Amino acid sequence: MNFTLEIWRQFDTGEEGRYEDFTVEGIDPEASFLEMLDQLNERLTEEERRTVAFDSDCREGICGTCSLVINDTPHGPRQVTSCQTYMRDFEDGATIRVEPFRSTTFPVIRDLVTDRSALDRVIQAGGYTGATTGPQPEPNSMPVAPEVQEKAMDAAICIGCGACVAACPNGAAMLFTGAKVTHLNLLPQGQAERGNRANSMVEQMDEEGFGGCTNFGECSRVCPQEISLDVIGMLNREYRKARLSRDPKDPPTMLAQ
Amino acid sequence: MVEFWRSTIGKKTFVAVTGTILVGYLILHMVGNLNSLFGPTGAEPRVDWYAGWLRELGEPLLPFAGALWIVRAILLGSVIIHITGVVQLRFRNRDARPARYPARKIGRSWESGVMMTSGILLAAFIVFHILQFTTLTVDVTPLHHEQVYFNLYNAFQEWYFVAIYLVALILIGVHLRHGIWSLVQTLGLDSPARNRGIRYGATTLTLVIVVGFALVPILFWTGLLDAPEPPAATITAIAGGLTG
Amino acid sequence: MRLPDAKIPPGPLEHKWQAWIDQHRLVGPNNRSGKNVIVIGTGLAGASAAASLAAQGFGVKSFCFQDSPRRAHSIAAQGGINASKDYANEGDSVRRLFADTMKGGDFRSREANVWRLAELSENIIDQAVAQGVPFNREYGGQLATRSFGGVLVQRTFYSRGQTGQQLLLGAYSALEQQVAAGNAVVHSRHEMLDVVIVDGEARGVIVRNLVTGEIERHAADAVILASGGYTNVYYLSTNAMGSNVTAAWRAHRHGALMANPSYTQIHPTCIPQSGEYQSKLTLMSESLRNDGRVWVPRKGGDDRPPAEIPEDERFYYLEERYPSFGNLAPRDIASRAAKVVCDDGLGVGPTGRGVYLDFRDAIAQRGRDVVEVRYGNLFEMYENITGENPYETPMMIYPAPHYAMGGLWVDYELQTTIPGLFAIGEANFSDHGANRLGASALMQALADGYFIVPHTVAHHLTADRESVSTTDSAFDTAQDAVESHITRLMDVGGTKAAQVFHRELGNVMLDYCGMARNAPGLEKALTEIGEIRENFWSDLRVDPGRDEFNQSLEYANRVSDFLELGELMCLDALRREESCGGHFREEYETDDGEALRDDERFAKVTAWEYQGDDGDPVPHDEQLSFENVKLATRSYK
Ligand SMILES: Cc1cc2nc3c(=O)[nH]c(=O)nc-3n(C[C@H](O)[C@H](O)[C@H](O)COP(=O)(O)OP(=O)(O)OC[C@H]3O[C@@H](n4cnc5c(N)ncnc54)[C@H](O)[C@@H]3O)c2cc1C
Ligand code: HEM
Ligand code: FES
Repeated sequence: MNFTLEIWRQFDTGEEGRYEDFTVEGIDPEASFLEMLDQLNERLTEEERRTVAFDSDCREGICGTCSLVINDTPHGPRQVTSCQTYMRDFEDGATIRVEPFRSTTFPVIRDLVTDRSALDRVIQAGGYTGATTGPQPEPNSMPVAPEVQEKAMDAAICIGCGACVAACPNGAAMLFTGAKVTHLNLLPQGQAERGNRANSMVEQMDEEGFGGCTNFGECSRVCPQEISLDVIGMLNREYRKARLSRDPKDPPTMLAQ
Repeated sequence: MVEFWRSTIGKKTFVAVTGTILVGYLILHMVGNLNSLFGPTGAEPRVDWYAGWLRELGEPLLPFAGALWIVRAILLGSVIIHITGVVQLRFRNRDARPARYPARKIGRSWESGVMMTSGILLAAFIVFHILQFTTLTVDVTPLHHEQVYFNLYNAFQEWYFVAIYLVALILIGVHLRHGIWSLVQTLGLDSPARNRGIRYGATTLTLVIVVGFALVPILFWTGLLDAPEPPAATITAIAGGLTG
Repeated sequence: MRLPDAKIPPGPLEHKWQAWIDQHRLVGPNNRSGKNVIVIGTGLAGASAAASLAAQGFGVKSFCFQDSPRRAHSIAAQGGINASKDYANEGDSVRRLFADTMKGGDFRSREANVWRLAELSENIIDQAVAQGVPFNREYGGQLATRSFGGVLVQRTFYSRGQTGQQLLLGAYSALEQQVAAGNAVVHSRHEMLDVVIVDGEARGVIVRNLVTGEIERHAADAVILASGGYTNVYYLSTNAMGSNVTAAWRAHRHGALMANPSYTQIHPTCIPQSGEYQSKLTLMSESLRNDGRVWVPRKGGDDRPPAEIPEDERFYYLEERYPSFGNLAPRDIASRAAKVVCDDGLGVGPTGRGVYLDFRDAIAQRGRDVVEVRYGNLFEMYENITGENPYETPMMIYPAPHYAMGGLWVDYELQTTIPGLFAIGEANFSDHGANRLGASALMQALADGYFIVPHTVAHHLTADRESVSTTDSAFDTAQDAVESHITRLMDVGGTKAAQVFHRELGNVMLDYCGMARNAPGLEKALTEIGEIRENFWSDLRVDPGRDEFNQSLEYANRVSDFLELGELMCLDALRREESCGGHFREEYETDDGEALRDDERFAKVTAWEYQGDDGDPVPHDEQLSFENVKLATRSYK
């Protein structure tokens, strides 16, 4: 298969970017999108041209490293990660536009590579139960109904790729933050810090400069893990309860139910 | 509360709560308006009686028209908070997003994309609407204090007023089809099991509101509602009808 | 150099670890923040170690080359993690887990280490649950378990098919909590390129900031390498693209011994390669073998669609050859069996290198729903990659390089032969002998990180050390070496990307040092790797610009180390004149084609010492003694 690629080239964060056109020929339809880019890079090396920088690691859809916007859609046409997008998903001869995940909070490092460390800082604000290493209670002493576990897991599977932010017209990170809050706040282990978690994570999210939610739902539609908008409802609820019931003079209250 | 307002979620919650108040008011308002459908029933049309009743509400606990003024204050406050909230959020969101991004739409409803436009046009309409039926400033057609039926009848004999109101109702529909669903989500009242229902519910409620309001201008214009008695002696009113 | 003592505590096996803990020295809580530890890697081993040491109050600096610690390769582990909790009431115990792991490793691991691993397995589950890891639950809310290869009990805990992800997110969040508390700093997009040794002890590292290209120096009182495995030496493997040997290899060049480098695991259930430019192979979790049946057509070249091949023309070769373990035979055995049937011309698929993994019977017996609950996401992943629906047509699988049992030699304290340099997780050689059982890598990485190094490193930190500054001349020397290596890579000025050489190396390694090895092949491989290495250093091209983001430089740097490692693996495989676990020398097999161990000569660990670019590596042997298990021919029949 042959393709024309319009790839975003940007030397570093400060530089203005632009699109550069490339053609690739003889691509195996079973090749993944990233393997197609590998081949392009191998050729560029032979032609003594600078290769296209892009991120990937696991190449099986779980690490969340790959982060291309393909034809205006974060990760591409099939609601799977960029690395799980295959050339058979495109028409032979097609022109494909490739650019980085864009958001003010994700500065471009080079070409298609961005800095998503803002997401780590949101987790730092409260995305943990607080259990430090040491003797812990016997897990079966705290049964978790399978339905609850499943719901928590549906949120916990977030791979932190940031496609939700890239897709959101407001550059919001509500799906990401909501997924973590939902995961931990549903489980008995997450109760001790339940309220604080919602408070601090939302605060950090705002501080990083992510936008606010207008319930467009685009985030969920590009999420390769198909995380549902419900996590945003949950986040809104948890945050409101936590914020409105906290007396600033007192130590943070526990909102366990 | 201050911190709550400062956060994106907090602000949005205010928008949703004020939105809910406004929707709630719209429903009451619509039901009130439907009193016109009783026609010019004798000396005092039903809708005029209703307007008067609204003013007397709460008496003697409250002064005459006191309840009305409380409602108005709440509405005004709500509109101010609603608009301040959305405008501030809009600026924030713009900053979070580089301008050049093409942002393909991936299945979001078009109504959700025009909330600001529909909102601003709505605001303009609300101002016009108050100037017409409350303060009676826009007196293109004859207007009299406390004579709601008379005022409505005359206004809606003109095709352009009917058109303006119908367009405004479409705007309300556009704003609320996303808005009502959105407020449920913002307030976190959603749940996976209920979400489909909530979507349909939002659309249905929007339709009810729009159709309910639309009946009044349409029925007047098509002549299905009779002309009122000639105006009685003008009573000086403190304020216009709530319906106005 | 002599191989130092493995420092195994005396006393009965069951009490060794507690005895060690009881005697270890402590740093007072007030003095801990003044003691610094560098942790290279944020996988399960690194993140858990960093979080645990930071929680104790030590100053921790953590490094990873990914853009976030959460993306370490451990995230990809699918199937599960073992623990001897015996929730299934089958009589499982620490001793049984210990014995299974010893046997699974074909009796090539240290008893004391493996016992400790089994002992700590239960704490890991408790720890993970406390962190909010959503393990699957049974009706009633109790933790669920399932079986994995090579064992007859259900001791594998799992979170759908994303166990590694959930465990890693647990460890990652614990680490981020410590970052928030100010006890740890994470440097992501930083790659360690050398250890710095001052007065014989590891006291720091040289790293390259991958965004700016700046070479940075970091000093500490101890360095922990948790840099993962090196199976990417085969080019195509189930590992992440970035997994590499550089950190371990650079330590090796400084005198840390590399143990059993040729022990690598080729995993039986992976999606077969489809094209020349394929960049990685995808694992289909071993858990699938709980319900899937492995077969090939009895007739070679049978190209009927699988559903049309009648029962009696199907060769369920695992079930026939290993009736008691059947489809759950250990990985080395299952992989080799697949290779054998394909070599015999029975393989399926376009390349003839594939076997069926069939769920027809499971779906018929248990219903599609049950199969979907258990494996839904794996089926989806398979369909996504191959475009075929495994509910309707059998999966096609083939073995792929997956795990490195070999790694840096460590003693009981997980310290390498360089004092102050520890190695944990897949980066060390410790617990899996010649073959790792499923669901035990996660267990080992977390045992090392949560429960072992926090003690052994703390113990190391009790000694009085002069603080070193990064202006010490040892840092100059190390930085110079790193810079000149980079200069050398940049200056080759050839025409080919590092990928090209990596691919060539991978082909050689897979052909001669993969599932089956023999002396002439290994000799040949050594020659060929030498040639590839020469070509690499004369025809490599990397993008210009060393002081900037430069992925081609990162990659070339890693490949340069793989080329050296490949040679050592072949040497090791040559020297070990026996077959054991994943190391199968065709010269040494039983009459029915199983691995033939030579316990007389090779019940030992081979630890290799680096001798400079031109010298031949020198092997050192650590004799293994078995007092608690009986050395027997492994049988899964
Ligand atoms: C697809 C797949 C599925 C698996 N499934 C299972 C399973 O079900 N059960 C099981 O028990 N095991 C499984 N394994 C094995 C298991 O996942 C790994 O052995 C284990 O996760 C290794 O963890 P680790 O912490 O040692 O290393 P890794 O997770 O590989 O982490 C290595 C870390 O080191 C960093 N690093 C490396 N080099 C450098 C450097 N030079 N400078 C700075 N940082 C560096 C990396 O950034 C990374 O953070 C699976 C493996 C694969 C590939
Ligand atoms: C009749 C009057 C109005 C009603 C009943 C109303 C109702 C609502 C409701 C229910 C919402 C949803 C809140 C949420 O998303 O949680 C909403 C959102 C919004 N309203 Fe209004 N509104 C009215 C007037 C206005 C006006 C005058 C403006 C003009 C600026 C406006 C602008 C918006 C915008 C931009 C949003 C979207 C906010 C967001 O999604 O972030 N609205 N409105
Ligand atoms: S590279 Fe890991 S998700 Fe795509």
